[in-house]
Amino acid sequence: MRDVAIVGVGITKFGERWEHGLKELMAEAGLMALQDAKMESKEIEMVYGGTMAPGKFIGQEHVAALLADQLGLQNTPAVRIENACASGGSALRQGYIAVASGIHDVVVVGGVEKMTDVNASEATTALGGAGDQEWELFQGITFPGLYALIAKRHMKEFGTTEEQMAAVSVKNHDNAYRNKYAQFHRKLSIEDVMRSKMVADPLKVLDCSPISDGAAAVVLVPLDKAKKYNDLPIRIIGSGQASDSLSLAERDSLTELKATKIAAQNAYKQAGINAEDVDIAEVHDCFSIAEILAMEDLGFYKKGEAAKAIAAGETALNSKLSVNTSGGLKGCGHPVGATGVKQAVEITWQLRGEAGERQVNGAEIGMAHNVGGSGATAVVHLFKRAD
Amino acid sequence: MEKTSAALWRRIDERYNMIGSECGNCGRAYFPQRIICRKCGRKSVMKEKMLSGNGEIYSYSRIRVPPDDFKDAAPYTVGVIKLDEGPMVEGHIIENGKEIEIGRRVRTVFRKLRVDGDEGLIHYHFKFEPV
Repeated sequence: MRDVAIVGVGITKFGERWEHGLKELMAEAGLMALQDAKMESKEIEMVYGGTMAPGKFIGQEHVAALLADQLGLQNTPAVRIENACASGGSALRQGYIAVASGIHDVVVVGGVEKMTDVNASEATTALGGAGDQEWELFQGITFPGLYALIAKRHMKEFGTTEEQMAAVSVKNHDNAYRNKYAQFHRKLSIEDVMRSKMVADPLKVLDCSPISDGAAAVVLVPLDKAKKYNDLPIRIIGSGQASDSLSLAERDSLTELKATKIAAQNAYKQAGINAEDVDIAEVHDCFSIAEILAMEDLGFYKKGEAAKAIAAGETALNSKLSVNTSGGLKGCGHPVGATGVKQAVEITWQLRGEAGERQVNGAEIGMAHNVGGSGATAVVHLFKRAD
Repeated sequence: MEKTSAALWRRIDERYNMIGSECGNCGRAYFPQRIICRKCGRKSVMKEKMLSGNGEIYSYSRIRVPPDDFKDAAPYTVGVIKLDEGPMVEGHIIENGKEIEIGRRVRTVFRKLRVDGDEGLIHYHFKFEPV
Protein backbone atom coordinates (compact mmCIF):
# COMPACT_ATOMS: atom_id res chain seq x y z
CA MET A 1 0.00 0.00 0.00
CA ARG A 2 1.31 3.45 -0.92
CA ASP A 3 1.24 6.61 1.18
CA VAL A 4 -1.20 9.21 -0.15
CA ALA A 5 -1.09 13.00 0.05
CA ILE A 6 -3.43 15.90 -0.62
CA VAL A 7 -1.75 18.35 -3.00
CA GLY A 8 -4.64 20.61 -3.91
CA VAL A 9 -7.79 21.87 -2.25
CA GLY A 10 -10.73 23.99 -3.38
CA ILE A 11 -14.03 25.17 -2.00
CA THR A 12 -16.93 27.48 -2.82
CA LYS A 13 -18.56 29.85 -0.42
CA PHE A 14 -21.28 27.90 1.42
CA GLY A 15 -24.77 29.28 1.81
CA GLU A 16 -27.74 30.11 -0.36
CA ARG A 17 -26.01 30.32 -3.74
CA TRP A 18 -29.11 31.18 -5.79
CA GLU A 19 -27.02 32.46 -8.71
CA HIS A 20 -25.18 29.14 -9.15
CA GLY A 21 -26.46 25.66 -9.98
CA LEU A 22 -24.84 22.33 -9.15
CA LYS A 23 -22.57 22.48 -12.23
CA GLU A 24 -21.14 25.88 -11.45
CA LEU A 25 -20.57 25.00 -7.78
CA MET A 26 -18.67 21.83 -8.71
CA ALA A 27 -16.59 23.59 -11.33
CA GLU A 28 -15.71 26.47 -8.99
CA ALA A 29 -14.39 24.17 -6.26
CA GLY A 30 -12.70 21.81 -8.73
CA LEU A 31 -10.91 24.58 -10.57
CA MET A 32 -9.59 26.03 -7.32
CA ALA A 33 -8.22 22.59 -6.31
CA LEU A 34 -6.49 22.08 -9.68
CA GLN A 35 -4.95 25.55 -9.53
CA ASP A 36 -3.79 24.89 -5.97
CA ALA A 37 -2.10 21.67 -7.15
CA LYS A 38 -0.71 23.44 -10.25
CA MET A 39 -1.99 20.47 -12.18
CA GLU A 40 -3.04 19.96 -15.80
CA SER A 41 -6.49 18.45 -16.28
CA LYS A 42 -5.10 15.69 -18.48
CA GLU A 43 -3.12 14.27 -15.56
CA ILE A 44 -6.30 13.30 -13.68
CA GLU A 45 -7.07 9.59 -13.90
CA MET A 46 -10.22 9.21 -11.81
CA VAL A 47 -12.95 11.35 -10.23
CA TYR A 48 -15.02 10.48 -7.15
CA GLY A 49 -18.07 12.64 -6.49
CA GLY A 50 -19.72 12.63 -3.07
CA THR A 51 -23.32 13.81 -3.10
CA MET A 52 -26.37 12.68 -1.16
CA ALA A 53 -29.62 13.45 -2.92
CA PRO A 54 -29.30 15.50 -6.12
CA GLY A 55 -32.22 13.49 -7.51
CA LYS A 56 -34.45 14.85 -4.75
CA PHE A 57 -32.98 18.34 -4.63
CA ILE A 58 -32.67 19.18 -8.33
CA GLY A 59 -33.89 16.09 -10.21
CA GLN A 60 -30.37 15.24 -11.39
CA GLU A 61 -28.73 11.82 -11.03
CA HIS A 62 -25.53 10.60 -12.74
CA VAL A 63 -23.67 13.45 -11.14
CA ALA A 64 -20.09 12.12 -11.21
CA ALA A 65 -19.83 12.14 -15.00
CA LEU A 66 -21.36 15.61 -14.92
CA LEU A 67 -18.69 16.67 -12.44
CA ALA A 68 -15.91 15.25 -14.64
CA ASP A 69 -17.30 17.04 -17.68
CA GLN A 70 -17.62 20.35 -15.86
CA LEU A 71 -13.98 20.03 -14.78
CA GLY A 72 -13.03 19.65 -18.44
CA LEU A 73 -12.35 15.91 -18.07
CA GLN A 74 -14.85 14.63 -20.62
CA ASN A 75 -13.56 11.06 -20.87
CA THR A 76 -12.14 10.54 -17.39
CA PRO A 77 -13.84 7.75 -15.42
CA ALA A 78 -16.01 9.05 -12.59
CA VAL A 79 -18.24 7.49 -9.96
CA ARG A 80 -20.71 8.95 -7.50
CA ILE A 81 -20.44 7.97 -3.83
CA GLU A 82 -23.60 8.23 -1.75
CA ASN A 83 -23.57 7.67 2.00
CA ALA A 84 -26.06 10.33 3.12
CA CYS A 85 -24.30 13.17 4.97
CA ALA A 86 -21.11 11.09 4.96
CA SER A 87 -20.98 11.04 1.14
CA GLY A 88 -18.04 13.46 1.05
CA GLY A 89 -15.93 11.60 3.62
CA SER A 90 -16.78 8.30 1.93
CA ALA A 91 -15.71 9.68 -1.46
CA LEU A 92 -12.43 10.83 0.10
CA ARG A 93 -11.86 7.33 1.47
CA GLN A 94 -12.53 5.76 -1.94
CA GLY A 95 -10.10 8.21 -3.56
CA TYR A 96 -7.54 7.39 -0.88
CA ILE A 97 -7.97 3.65 -1.46
CA ALA A 98 -7.61 4.08 -5.24
CA VAL A 99 -4.28 5.92 -4.91
CA ALA A 100 -2.98 3.80 -2.00
CA SER A 101 -3.67 0.63 -3.96
CA GLY A 102 -1.64 1.76 -6.94
CA ILE A 103 -4.59 1.63 -9.35
CA HIS A 104 -4.51 5.41 -9.91
CA ASP A 105 -1.87 8.09 -9.45
CA VAL A 106 -3.96 11.25 -9.65
CA VAL A 107 -7.50 11.34 -8.27
CA VAL A 108 -9.90 14.23 -7.75
CA VAL A 109 -12.44 13.89 -4.94
CA GLY A 110 -15.35 16.31 -5.12
CA GLY A 111 -18.31 16.81 -2.82
CA VAL A 112 -21.38 18.86 -3.65
CA GLU A 113 -24.99 19.53 -2.72
CA LYS A 114 -27.42 22.07 -4.17
CA MET A 115 -30.19 22.19 -1.55
CA THR A 116 -31.90 25.57 -1.83
CA ASP A 117 -33.70 25.03 -5.15
CA VAL A 118 -36.48 23.26 -3.20
CA ASN A 119 -38.44 24.59 -0.23
CA ALA A 120 -37.50 23.75 3.35
CA SER A 121 -40.10 21.05 3.75
CA GLU A 122 -39.03 19.21 0.57
CA ALA A 123 -35.43 19.46 1.76
CA THR A 124 -36.46 18.01 5.14
CA THR A 125 -38.12 15.09 3.35
CA ALA A 126 -35.05 14.51 1.14
CA LEU A 127 -32.75 14.50 4.19
CA GLY A 128 -35.15 12.14 5.96
CA GLY A 129 -34.06 9.47 3.50
CA ALA A 130 -30.81 9.20 5.47
CA GLY A 131 -32.76 7.46 8.22
CA ASP A 132 -34.94 4.35 7.95
CA GLN A 133 -37.68 5.57 5.60
CA GLU A 134 -40.24 2.92 6.54
CA TRP A 135 -39.99 3.30 10.31
CA GLU A 136 -38.77 6.85 10.94
CA LEU A 137 -39.75 9.28 8.18
CA PHE A 138 -42.99 7.34 7.56
CA GLN A 139 -44.03 8.15 11.12
CA GLY A 140 -43.07 11.81 10.80
CA ILE A 141 -39.84 11.44 12.78
CA THR A 142 -37.59 14.12 11.27
CA PHE A 143 -33.80 14.38 11.48
CA PRO A 144 -33.92 17.01 14.22
CA GLY A 145 -36.35 14.59 15.90
CA LEU A 146 -33.84 11.73 15.79
CA TYR A 147 -31.03 13.81 17.27
CA ALA A 148 -33.53 15.18 19.82
CA LEU A 149 -34.18 11.58 20.93
CA ILE A 150 -30.42 11.14 21.33
CA ALA A 151 -30.17 14.43 23.23
CA LYS A 152 -32.99 13.63 25.68
CA ARG A 153 -31.40 10.32 26.57
CA HIS A 154 -27.93 11.91 26.91
CA MET A 155 -29.42 14.54 29.24
CA LYS A 156 -31.05 11.82 31.33
CA GLU A 157 -27.94 9.61 31.59
CA PHE A 158 -25.25 12.27 32.01
CA GLY A 159 -27.00 15.45 33.13
CA THR A 160 -26.14 17.25 29.89
CA THR A 161 -27.94 20.60 29.72
CA GLU A 162 -29.50 22.66 26.93
CA GLU A 163 -27.07 25.49 27.75
CA GLN A 164 -24.11 23.15 27.26
CA MET A 165 -25.50 22.13 23.87
CA ALA A 166 -25.99 25.80 23.00
CA ALA A 167 -22.28 26.36 23.73
CA VAL A 168 -21.41 24.17 20.72
CA SER A 169 -23.32 26.48 18.37
CA VAL A 170 -21.82 29.58 19.98
CA LYS A 171 -18.26 28.24 19.55
CA ASN A 172 -18.82 27.17 15.96
CA HIS A 173 -20.36 30.51 14.98
CA ASP A 174 -17.33 32.23 16.55
CA ASN A 175 -15.07 30.19 14.27
CA ALA A 176 -17.27 30.69 11.20
CA TYR A 177 -17.00 34.44 11.78
CA ARG A 178 -13.33 34.12 10.80
CA ASN A 179 -13.99 31.98 7.69
CA LYS A 180 -14.87 33.82 4.49
CA TYR A 181 -16.30 30.65 2.94
CA ALA A 182 -18.74 30.11 5.83
CA GLN A 183 -22.50 30.55 5.47
CA PHE A 184 -22.87 32.58 8.68
CA HIS A 185 -20.84 35.56 9.83
CA ARG A 186 -22.87 36.29 12.91
CA LYS A 187 -21.73 35.59 16.45
CA LEU A 188 -24.26 34.01 18.79
CA SER A 189 -24.77 34.09 22.53
CA ILE A 190 -26.02 31.19 24.64
CA GLU A 191 -29.17 33.23 25.12
CA ASP A 192 -29.67 33.59 21.33
CA VAL A 193 -29.63 29.80 21.00
CA MET A 194 -31.85 29.22 24.04
CA ARG A 195 -34.42 31.72 22.80
CA SER A 196 -34.54 30.44 19.22
CA LYS A 197 -37.57 28.52 17.99
CA MET A 198 -38.01 24.96 19.24
CA VAL A 199 -37.77 22.42 16.40
CA ALA A 200 -37.87 19.12 18.29
CA ASP A 201 -37.46 19.35 22.08
CA PRO A 202 -34.79 19.96 23.31
CA LEU A 203 -33.26 21.08 19.98
CA LYS A 204 -33.90 24.60 18.75
CA VAL A 205 -33.25 26.16 15.34
CA LEU A 206 -29.82 27.37 16.46
CA ASP A 207 -28.86 23.84 17.59
CA CYS A 208 -29.33 22.70 13.97
CA SER A 209 -27.04 22.98 10.96
CA PRO A 210 -28.62 24.90 8.06
CA ILE A 211 -29.72 24.01 4.54
CA SER A 212 -26.90 25.07 2.24
CA ASP A 213 -25.45 25.02 -1.25
CA GLY A 214 -21.77 24.39 -1.76
CA ALA A 215 -18.96 22.26 -3.11
CA ALA A 216 -15.44 21.26 -2.13
CA ALA A 217 -12.66 19.31 -3.85
CA VAL A 218 -9.26 17.79 -3.08
CA VAL A 219 -6.55 16.32 -5.32
CA LEU A 220 -4.83 13.12 -4.16
CA VAL A 221 -1.50 11.71 -5.42
CA PRO A 222 1.05 9.19 -4.10
CA LEU A 223 3.22 10.81 -1.42
CA ASP A 224 6.42 10.19 -3.37
CA LYS A 225 5.09 12.30 -6.27
CA ALA A 226 3.48 14.97 -4.08
CA LYS A 227 6.34 17.52 -4.10
CA LYS A 228 5.98 17.86 -7.85
CA TYR A 229 2.65 19.57 -7.24
CA ASN A 230 2.88 21.22 -3.87
CA ASP A 231 5.64 22.24 -1.44
CA LEU A 232 3.38 21.44 1.51
CA PRO A 233 1.72 18.12 0.84
CA ILE A 234 -0.61 16.81 3.54
CA ARG A 235 -0.35 13.10 4.14
CA ILE A 236 -3.37 10.95 4.99
CA ILE A 237 -2.04 8.87 7.89
CA GLY A 238 -5.23 7.05 8.79
CA SER A 239 -8.59 6.21 7.24
CA GLY A 240 -11.41 4.36 9.00
CA GLN A 241 -15.05 3.74 8.26
CA ALA A 242 -17.88 1.79 9.92
CA SER A 243 -21.64 1.24 9.64
CA ASP A 244 -24.57 0.74 12.01
CA SER A 245 -28.36 0.36 11.73
CA LEU A 246 -30.12 3.14 9.82
CA SER A 247 -32.81 3.39 12.46
CA LEU A 248 -31.98 4.74 15.88
CA ALA A 249 -34.09 2.17 17.73
CA GLU A 250 -32.08 -0.78 16.41
CA ARG A 251 -28.79 0.45 17.93
CA ASP A 252 -27.18 -0.92 21.07
CA SER A 253 -27.13 2.55 22.61
CA LEU A 254 -28.67 5.95 21.90
CA THR A 255 -25.92 7.92 23.60
CA GLU A 256 -23.00 6.83 21.48
CA LEU A 257 -22.41 6.41 17.76
CA LYS A 258 -20.71 3.03 17.63
CA ALA A 259 -19.77 3.57 13.97
CA THR A 260 -17.79 6.66 14.99
CA LYS A 261 -15.98 4.73 17.72
CA ILE A 262 -14.97 1.91 15.37
CA ALA A 263 -13.99 4.21 12.48
CA ALA A 264 -11.83 6.26 14.86
CA GLN A 265 -10.17 3.23 16.43
CA ASN A 266 -9.25 1.92 12.99
CA ALA A 267 -7.89 5.28 11.86
CA TYR A 268 -5.83 5.72 15.06
CA LYS A 269 -4.46 2.20 14.71
CA GLN A 270 -3.39 2.74 11.11
CA ALA A 271 -1.73 6.05 12.00
CA GLY A 272 -0.14 4.62 15.14
CA ILE A 273 -1.44 7.47 17.28
CA ASN A 274 -4.01 8.13 20.03
CA ALA A 275 -6.71 10.73 20.48
CA GLU A 276 -4.30 12.81 22.64
CA ASP A 277 -2.04 13.32 19.62
CA VAL A 278 -4.71 15.16 17.61
CA ASP A 279 -4.30 18.97 17.52
CA ILE A 280 -7.29 20.00 15.40
CA ALA A 281 -10.48 18.24 14.46
CA GLU A 282 -13.37 18.90 12.13
CA VAL A 283 -16.22 16.86 13.62
CA HIS A 284 -19.75 16.24 12.40
CA ASP A 285 -21.92 18.76 14.30
CA CYS A 286 -25.12 18.44 12.25
CA PHE A 287 -26.80 19.19 15.60
CA SER A 288 -25.17 20.57 18.74
CA ILE A 289 -25.65 17.26 20.56
CA ALA A 290 -23.83 15.49 17.70
CA GLU A 291 -20.58 17.35 18.47
CA ILE A 292 -20.87 16.34 22.13
CA LEU A 293 -21.29 12.68 21.14
CA ALA A 294 -18.43 12.97 18.64
CA MET A 295 -16.01 14.36 21.22
CA GLU A 296 -16.75 11.34 23.42
CA ASP A 297 -16.88 8.64 20.73
CA LEU A 298 -13.67 9.87 19.07
CA GLY A 299 -11.90 9.34 22.40
CA PHE A 300 -11.24 12.98 23.35
CA TYR A 301 -13.43 12.78 26.45
CA LYS A 302 -14.97 10.06 28.59
CA LYS A 303 -18.68 9.43 28.02
CA GLY A 304 -20.70 12.16 29.71
CA GLU A 305 -17.80 14.61 30.10
CA ALA A 306 -17.60 16.41 26.75
CA ALA A 307 -20.54 18.79 27.21
CA LYS A 308 -19.02 20.40 30.32
CA ALA A 309 -15.61 20.68 28.65
CA ILE A 310 -17.00 22.32 25.51
CA ALA A 311 -19.02 24.79 27.61
CA ALA A 312 -15.82 25.58 29.55
CA GLY A 313 -14.06 26.49 26.30
CA GLU A 314 -11.67 23.54 26.10
CA THR A 315 -12.34 23.07 22.38
CA ALA A 316 -12.37 26.72 21.31
CA LEU A 317 -9.91 28.08 18.74
CA ASN A 318 -6.32 27.73 19.97
CA SER A 319 -7.24 26.03 23.23
CA LYS A 320 -6.43 22.47 24.31
CA LEU A 321 -7.96 20.97 21.16
CA SER A 322 -9.35 23.25 18.44
CA VAL A 323 -12.59 21.75 17.12
CA ASN A 324 -14.47 22.84 14.01
CA THR A 325 -12.21 25.75 13.13
CA SER A 326 -14.11 26.12 9.83
CA GLY A 327 -17.27 26.83 11.81
CA GLY A 328 -18.37 23.22 11.53
CA LEU A 329 -21.62 22.21 9.91
CA LYS A 330 -23.45 24.67 12.13
CA GLY A 331 -21.51 27.81 11.28
CA CYS A 332 -19.87 27.04 7.94
CA GLY A 333 -23.01 25.44 6.53
CA HIS A 334 -23.90 21.88 5.58
CA PRO A 335 -24.31 21.16 1.86
CA VAL A 336 -24.42 17.49 2.78
CA GLY A 337 -22.29 15.89 0.04
CA ALA A 338 -19.70 18.67 0.29
CA THR A 339 -19.23 18.57 4.07
CA GLY A 340 -16.85 15.59 4.33
CA VAL A 341 -14.59 17.05 1.63
CA LYS A 342 -14.76 20.54 3.15
CA GLN A 343 -13.44 19.07 6.41
CA ALA A 344 -10.35 17.80 4.57
CA VAL A 345 -9.91 21.21 2.90
CA GLU A 346 -10.00 22.99 6.29
CA ILE A 347 -7.55 20.54 7.90
CA THR A 348 -5.21 20.95 4.90
CA TRP A 349 -5.22 24.74 5.28
CA GLN A 350 -4.66 24.49 9.02
CA LEU A 351 -1.73 22.07 8.69
CA ARG A 352 -0.16 24.18 5.94
CA GLY A 353 -0.55 27.29 8.11
CA GLU A 354 -2.85 28.96 5.57
CA ALA A 355 -6.00 29.32 7.69
CA GLY A 356 -5.62 33.08 8.17
CA GLU A 357 -7.50 34.61 11.08
CA ARG A 358 -8.53 31.21 12.42
CA GLN A 359 -5.07 29.60 12.20
CA VAL A 360 -4.30 27.21 15.05
CA ASN A 361 -0.73 27.61 16.28
CA GLY A 362 1.56 24.65 15.73
CA ALA A 363 -1.08 22.21 14.53
CA GLU A 364 0.60 19.00 13.40
CA ILE A 365 -2.06 16.31 13.33
CA GLY A 366 -5.61 16.90 12.14
CA MET A 367 -8.77 14.82 12.02
CA ALA A 368 -11.91 14.86 9.86
CA HIS A 369 -15.01 13.06 11.17
CA ASN A 370 -18.03 12.72 8.89
CA VAL A 371 -21.32 11.02 9.85
CA GLY A 372 -24.17 9.79 7.66
CA GLY A 373 -27.75 9.85 8.93
CA SER A 374 -28.16 9.52 12.67
CA GLY A 375 -24.96 7.42 12.79
CA ALA A 376 -25.39 4.60 10.28
CA THR A 377 -22.14 5.63 8.58
CA ALA A 378 -19.06 7.20 10.10
CA VAL A 379 -15.80 8.05 8.33
CA VAL A 380 -12.67 9.26 10.12
CA HIS A 381 -9.48 10.50 8.45
CA LEU A 382 -6.23 11.59 10.07
CA PHE A 383 -3.79 13.98 8.39
CA LYS A 384 -0.22 15.17 8.96
CA ARG A 385 2.17 17.50 7.19
CA ALA A 386 4.59 15.67 4.93
CA ASP A 387 7.15 18.35 4.05
CA MET B 1 -44.05 10.60 0.34
CA GLU B 2 -47.04 8.77 -1.11
CA LYS B 3 -46.53 5.09 -1.82
CA THR B 4 -48.37 2.43 -3.75
CA SER B 5 -50.73 0.19 -1.81
CA ALA B 6 -48.30 -2.73 -2.36
CA ALA B 7 -45.52 -0.90 -0.53
CA LEU B 8 -47.87 -0.28 2.39
CA TRP B 9 -49.61 -3.64 2.38
CA ARG B 10 -46.40 -5.63 2.88
CA ARG B 11 -45.89 -3.89 6.25
CA ILE B 12 -49.44 -4.42 7.54
CA ASP B 13 -48.56 -7.23 9.97
CA GLU B 14 -45.90 -5.06 11.54
CA ARG B 15 -47.79 -1.77 11.57
CA TYR B 16 -51.19 -3.15 12.64
CA ASN B 17 -50.29 -6.05 14.92
CA MET B 18 -46.67 -5.41 15.87
CA ILE B 19 -45.54 -8.76 14.56
CA GLY B 20 -41.74 -8.87 14.68
CA SER B 21 -39.25 -11.71 14.34
CA GLU B 22 -37.65 -14.15 16.71
CA CYS B 23 -34.55 -16.20 15.98
CA GLY B 24 -35.21 -19.86 16.75
CA ASN B 25 -31.48 -20.39 17.14
CA CYS B 26 -30.68 -17.79 19.84
CA GLY B 27 -34.12 -16.60 20.97
CA ARG B 28 -33.45 -12.94 20.26
CA ALA B 29 -36.52 -10.86 19.30
CA TYR B 30 -36.52 -8.15 16.64
CA PHE B 31 -38.77 -5.35 15.47
CA PRO B 32 -39.23 -4.57 12.60
CA GLN B 33 -38.90 -8.01 11.05
CA ARG B 34 -35.57 -9.30 9.80
CA ILE B 35 -34.59 -12.21 7.58
CA ILE B 36 -31.15 -12.62 9.15
CA CYS B 37 -30.42 -12.61 12.89
CA ARG B 38 -27.64 -10.16 13.75
CA LYS B 39 -26.10 -12.64 16.15
CA CYS B 40 -26.55 -15.94 14.28
CA GLY B 41 -25.96 -14.88 10.66
CA ARG B 42 -26.35 -17.81 8.31
CA LYS B 43 -27.54 -20.01 11.19
CA SER B 44 -30.63 -17.80 11.65
CA VAL B 45 -33.96 -19.57 11.96
CA MET B 46 -36.34 -16.61 11.89
CA LYS B 47 -40.02 -16.91 12.62
CA GLU B 48 -42.79 -14.40 13.23
CA LYS B 49 -43.42 -13.25 16.77
CA MET B 50 -46.25 -11.07 17.98
CA LEU B 51 -44.90 -8.58 20.50
CA SER B 52 -46.90 -7.54 23.56
CA GLY B 53 -46.57 -3.85 22.76
CA ASN B 54 -45.81 -3.19 26.43
CA GLY B 55 -42.67 -1.42 27.44
CA GLU B 56 -41.22 1.81 28.75
CA ILE B 57 -40.17 5.16 27.33
CA TYR B 58 -36.41 5.13 26.63
CA SER B 59 -36.37 8.61 25.08
CA TYR B 60 -38.88 11.07 23.63
CA SER B 61 -39.20 14.39 21.80
CA ARG B 62 -41.96 16.72 20.74
CA ILE B 63 -41.76 17.44 17.00
CA ARG B 64 -42.77 21.03 16.24
CA VAL B 65 -41.48 21.36 12.68
CA PRO B 66 -42.96 18.38 10.81
CA PRO B 67 -42.50 17.05 7.30
CA ASP B 68 -45.23 18.10 4.84
CA ASP B 69 -47.44 15.04 5.28
CA PHE B 70 -47.64 15.60 9.06
CA LYS B 71 -48.36 19.32 8.89
CA ASP B 72 -51.85 18.95 10.36
CA ALA B 73 -50.69 16.74 13.21
CA ALA B 74 -47.90 18.94 14.61
CA PRO B 75 -46.87 19.31 17.31
CA TYR B 76 -46.76 15.63 18.20
CA THR B 77 -44.66 13.51 20.53
CA VAL B 78 -42.50 10.61 19.37
CA GLY B 79 -40.39 8.24 21.37
CA VAL B 80 -38.07 5.30 21.46
CA ILE B 81 -39.82 2.56 23.43
CA LYS B 82 -37.99 -0.36 25.01
CA LEU B 83 -40.37 -3.30 24.67
CA ASP B 84 -40.56 -5.94 27.38
CA GLU B 85 -39.38 -8.57 24.88
CA GLY B 86 -36.14 -6.64 24.28
CA PRO B 87 -36.35 -4.69 21.01
CA MET B 88 -36.54 -0.91 20.92
CA VAL B 89 -39.17 0.65 18.65
CA GLU B 90 -39.83 4.19 17.45
CA GLY B 91 -43.38 5.51 17.42
CA HIS B 92 -45.83 8.24 18.37
CA ILE B 93 -46.68 8.71 22.04
CA ILE B 94 -50.28 9.71 22.67
CA GLU B 95 -50.95 12.47 25.15
CA ASN B 96 -53.54 11.28 27.67
CA GLY B 97 -52.82 13.60 30.55
CA LYS B 98 -50.17 11.36 32.12
CA GLU B 99 -46.67 12.80 32.24
CA ILE B 100 -44.38 11.69 29.41
CA GLU B 101 -40.98 10.90 30.93
CA ILE B 102 -38.13 8.46 30.48
CA GLY B 103 -38.94 5.22 32.30
CA ARG B 104 -42.74 5.68 32.10
CA ARG B 105 -44.61 2.46 31.22
CA VAL B 106 -46.55 2.45 27.95
CA ARG B 107 -48.93 0.13 26.14
CA THR B 108 -49.71 -0.08 22.43
CA VAL B 109 -52.89 1.31 20.90
CA PHE B 110 -54.08 1.27 17.28
CA ARG B 111 -54.63 4.72 15.78
CA LYS B 112 -54.79 6.74 12.58
CA LEU B 113 -51.28 7.96 11.70
CA ARG B 114 -51.98 10.24 8.74
CA VAL B 115 -54.03 10.74 5.59
CA ASP B 116 -52.60 11.21 2.08
CA GLY B 117 -54.48 14.34 1.02
CA ASP B 118 -58.25 14.55 0.44
CA GLU B 119 -58.58 11.39 -1.61
CA GLY B 120 -55.52 9.33 -0.66
CA LEU B 121 -54.99 6.39 1.64
CA ILE B 122 -55.58 6.57 5.36
CA HIS B 123 -52.61 5.13 7.23
CA TYR B 124 -53.14 3.34 10.54
CA HIS B 125 -50.31 2.45 12.87
CA PHE B 126 -49.50 1.38 16.39
CA LYS B 127 -48.91 4.21 18.82
CA PHE B 128 -47.90 4.20 22.47
CA GLU B 129 -50.00 5.37 25.39
CA PRO B 130 -48.57 6.11 28.86
CA VAL B 131 -50.14 3.99 31.60
